[in-house]
Parts: sequence; structure tokens; C-alpha cells
Amino acid sequence: MNHRWLVSVSGLVVPAAVFWSATMPVAGQARSAGARTNEKPAKAYTAPRTPDGQPDLQGIWTNNTFTTLERPKNVTKEFYTAEEALEVVRRLAAQEEEQTEPGTVADVHYDFTQFGLDRSQEAMALNLRTSLIVDPADGRLPPLSAEGQKRAAERAAERKSRGGLHDAVQNEPLGARCILMDRNGPPMLAGAYNNGYQIMQAPGYVMILVEMLHDVRIIPLDGRPQLPPNVRQWTGSYRGHWEGQTLVVETTNLSGKFAFQGSSENMRLTERFTRVDEDTIRYQFTVDDPSTWTRPWSAEVPWKKTIGPIFEHACHEGNYGLRNTLAGARAEEKRAAEEAAKKGSSK
Amino acid sequence: MRKWLRRASMVGLGLTLAVMPAGGQTRAYRAPRAADGKPNFNGIWQALNEASWDIEAHAAAPSPVLELGAAHAAAGGLSIIDGGTIPYKPEALAKRQENYANRLKLDPEIKCYLPGVPRATYMPYPFQVIQGPKYIMMLHTYAGAVRTIYMDEHKEAPADSWMGWSNGHWEGETLVVDTTGFNGQAWLDRAGNFHSDALHVVERYTATSPDHLLYEATIEDPNVFTRPWKISMPLYRRLDKNAQIMEFRCVEFVEELIYGHLRKQPGK
Repeated sequence: MNHRWLVSVSGLVVPAAVFWSATMPVAGQARSAGARTNEKPAKAYTAPRTPDGQPDLQGIWTNNTFTTLERPKNVTKEFYTAEEALEVVRRLAAQEEEQTEPGTVADVHYDFTQFGLDRSQEAMALNLRTSLIVDPADGRLPPLSAEGQKRAAERAAERKSRGGLHDAVQNEPLGARCILMDRNGPPMLAGAYNNGYQIMQAPGYVMILVEMLHDVRIIPLDGRPQLPPNVRQWTGSYRGHWEGQTLVVETTNLSGKFAFQGSSENMRLTERFTRVDEDTIRYQFTVDDPSTWTRPWSAEVPWKKTIGPIFEHACHEGNYGLRNTLAGARAEEKRAAEEAAKKGSSK
Repeated sequence: MRKWLRRASMVGLGLTLAVMPAGGQTRAYRAPRAADGKPNFNGIWQALNEASWDIEAHAAAPSPVLELGAAHAAAGGLSIIDGGTIPYKPEALAKRQENYANRLKLDPEIKCYLPGVPRATYMPYPFQVIQGPKYIMMLHTYAGAVRTIYMDEHKEAPADSWMGWSNGHWEGETLVVDTTGFNGQAWLDRAGNFHSDALHVVERYTATSPDHLLYEATIEDPNVFTRPWKISMPLYRRLDKNAQIMEFRCVEFVEELIYGHLRKQPGK
């Protein structure tokens, strides 16, 4: 349920809902490869303060983007020009409007353009970066550590031992089961829809309502310790503090079941939220997980101010898709068994 | 020792008198203020009663699941309803009994579905209030249920939902929340008490001490009840050190229950 469509159908024209991100350098001024992005733009913006003195991050935001986590293999530079970035948006929006990979599903029930469901029709900060990953400088995930490789192989074997994707509900992806999606994270990354976030601040807390799965992160700022190490949660234990203009959120105690990009339960995540202008939050995160990667890595996504309301997303309650997928798989098996029996008896 | 006890009990009595509004008397308590001058309800709150089992008066009863024995038996409790009972229409009362008989199959809580209103308030778990001038959020442990109370963008519900659409305003010391736009699928408790999509709930939250809110709700649903009726209870601030709303991502807990019959059978 999405009430945040900002513009009407606009075909292949990149609509007005795509904004320039203030966090991005203008064309031709791209920083040298490998430069970290923590530096401020020339004119430093100072966020207004909440009554209790926190920099004010409140509002409804979207991290909607077409920029991929890793740099596409055929791209070697860190930043696109504005023209190139717009072309990427046009191309990917057109693909998304088609909804399907040609030749996979013949019968499309509806077209994304009709319903404003392609990402370019919502508020989106235009990101000149060619990847969300800013470190390593090649925009790609660092190599897996030996332990990371071993665990990836073990996970793959364990997964295989549980049978096919549709053999049991537990084999289905977490998103299809309405348990956790990349919008929820941690870290929080955009998907094709429901990329809305509402931030509220009260004394001692920052609250982030994630539209996807009506998920809430209530981040305490009082310096309390993380949960005891034996308490593991899907979204971990998270505590925040302010470093100047930046909200820093440290997450530990992950269960390892979400396994972001193959991470382990030892992953330590540091997220940084900095309001860089009236309409933009720079969201940065660093993943430190020596059990998985040979070195920490970092990424950056601009969040753009958008409009609400954020409506209830009762995913699990209305999950007919999951039921039908499983029921359909059982019906297919039954039909196949009947056909096999028929063939057997006609011999 | 005895002297200490006597002093402690007198202090306790004094607190009790200060906290509990006597019937008919005006409440003198004035809550601390938020930055916008409104009563400050920020905090973690919880109902401490047995209404989650049955909002009407009820005796203790065994768990409907034999294996759970006394661990998940229903604790007896008094009614939270003004006048004691729910004014059901006759056919609705029959449906309530049917709901109760089939509660293991029908209760939305068993399937980890969103709790609706007012049930969310007296689920046996804490919820946190994050208060601002434009929005007041009620963030529940159970199923991670969220209520956004719109303080200045009042409008009709854009669509039906489990938790409804809540418009709020202040009447002096009291937060008044008017909620409609329900989908009619939620229940009121584990005993099969229910409502339809015509439900209209008006809640009143009033601080009676730094650590207590008086919660009152008027419930109206002409499809199910013969007249509007009212519930009330105190809500208690969670004072535990480092109290926090823990993750309760219950979908995972119910998947085998809901979809287990669709599991591939061995050998097929």
C-alpha cells in the first residue's frame, strides 16, 4: 500500500521526483578514486535542533535508488556524469516497468507504469556514485576471509540438504515470508518499493519507522550497554550516540539468520546519519566482520525527504502469495505423480 | 524493624492516595510537560491485568493445549468493562461463543497477526510511546505493531487496516485518540470477543502520577453491539533499569502452524 506517488505516469522521461543529491559532487568534480565520502560539501549545513538539543533528523525519508551495492562490472569510475546517471535511471526504470525478464513470465497482469510502481516515479535522490560501496575504492565487496569461504560453503550445503525452494515454508526467502527485507536491514537498503522511513526524536531516543513490514527501530542514546552477548535478535542490539552533527548507531548481537551479504553473527555494523541539507540525510554504514571478509567495508546512500503518510504494511497477514506458492508446488507434484502413474499403467 | 515497616507502609499509603483518583473527584495531578507544553507521555508502558485472556470477568482456566499444562493456563481476572459485560447483539453473542470454542484456529494472536485496537494496549507486553507535536507513536512489543496517532493531519482512513487510522488531540491533561478504518479481522482478547469493520474507538489517556496513565476507551460498533460501551484500566510505567522493547518477530514462530500442511511430503 503506497501513498507516496509524487508524479503521474511519465513514461521514459525522468520525472521531477528525481532530485539531485546535495551529497554528490557536480559533474566533473568527482573526487579521486578511493576518497572517502565523509568530507562535508564546501558549504557546511547545520541541521536545526530538536528542543532537547539533538540535530533534527525528523521527517519522512526515502532511500529509494537504482544504484547497486556493488559497482557494475563494466564500470570502472567512481562517479557518473549527471547525463550518465540520468541515463542509468531511464534504462533501469524502463526495465522495471517491463516488470519481468523477457521470456520468463509470459502473462503480465499489470504494468508497473500504470500504478506508479517503478522507482523513478517516487522521490529519489539522484546518486552520481556508480556503487553504494565507497570503500574498497573499486566499489566491490572485499574478498571473503578463509572462515567466510568455509561458512559460505557450509551454508550452501545446509541449504541444499533442506531440499527445494518450495518444499517447505522455511526454505523460502525471508522477504517472501515477511520476516525481514533489505529495507529493514540492518543495514537499511532500498528495494523496488516501500522504501519509506519516518524518523522521530524524543529525549533520549531516535525512532526509525521502516515502512516495509511496519518495522521499528527504537534507538536509545543514553549510553546503556548492548544486550548480553547470548541474546541474539534478527536486527541485533543497537545503541546510538551523537558525534557532532552525526547520529552514530552501533549494532551487535545479530542472530546471523539474516546474513546480510553472507555476513556472520559476529558482524558489527556502524551506521551514520548526517543531515546534509534540508531535504537530504547522508546514510553511511561500515560493516566489520572478520569472520566473513578480509577487511571492513563501507557504503553510502542519500536519503531524500518525501511525503507521508506511511501506511500500515501488514505483509504477513495478507501473504496469499506464500500460501499459493507452496500450494502450487504441491499441486504440481500431485499432477506429476498422477501422470507418472498413468504412464506406468498404460505400459 | 517494626518501626521501619510502619513508616514504609505509611509512605506506601500516601503514594496510593496520591495516585488513585477517587470516584467522582477531579484529578489534581498535572503531568510533566513535553517541549511543546503538552503532557509528556514518553516512556515504556504496560497494562498489568488479565484482560488479554478475557476482557470480561473470568475464572482461571486450563490452557487449551494439553501439553502446556499450568504454564499457559488462563489466569482469572476481573472485568475491565464499565457494567461488567459486553452489550452484544444476540447473534453476535453466539458468534463470540463460537469464536471461543474455536479459538486455537481463529484467534489472530495465534497466527501472529496484528492485534488491532484496543487489544494492543493490554497485551501482556510493554509498549513504548514516542511523542512529538505532529505524531505520537505507540510501538508495541507484540508483532512489532505500530500505531501512528496523527495530531494535526486529521483525516479519514485512506484504507482499512488492522491497527486502524488514529486522529488525536489534547483535551487539557488528556490525550484523546479517535480511531476508525479497521478491517474487522482483529479480536478484543483470547476469549473470542470481537468487533466488525464498523468499529469506532475513542481512547483517553490521562496521567495520574509520574508512573501511571489512566486508559479509558469507548467502543462503538453497531454491527455487533447494542450500544457503545467503555473499558478502563491503569497503565504502568516500566521502571526496570534499561527497559527496552525487545524484538518479537513472531512470524517465524507460526509458520509451521500456518503453512506446515503445505510441506512437501517425503518421497514425493
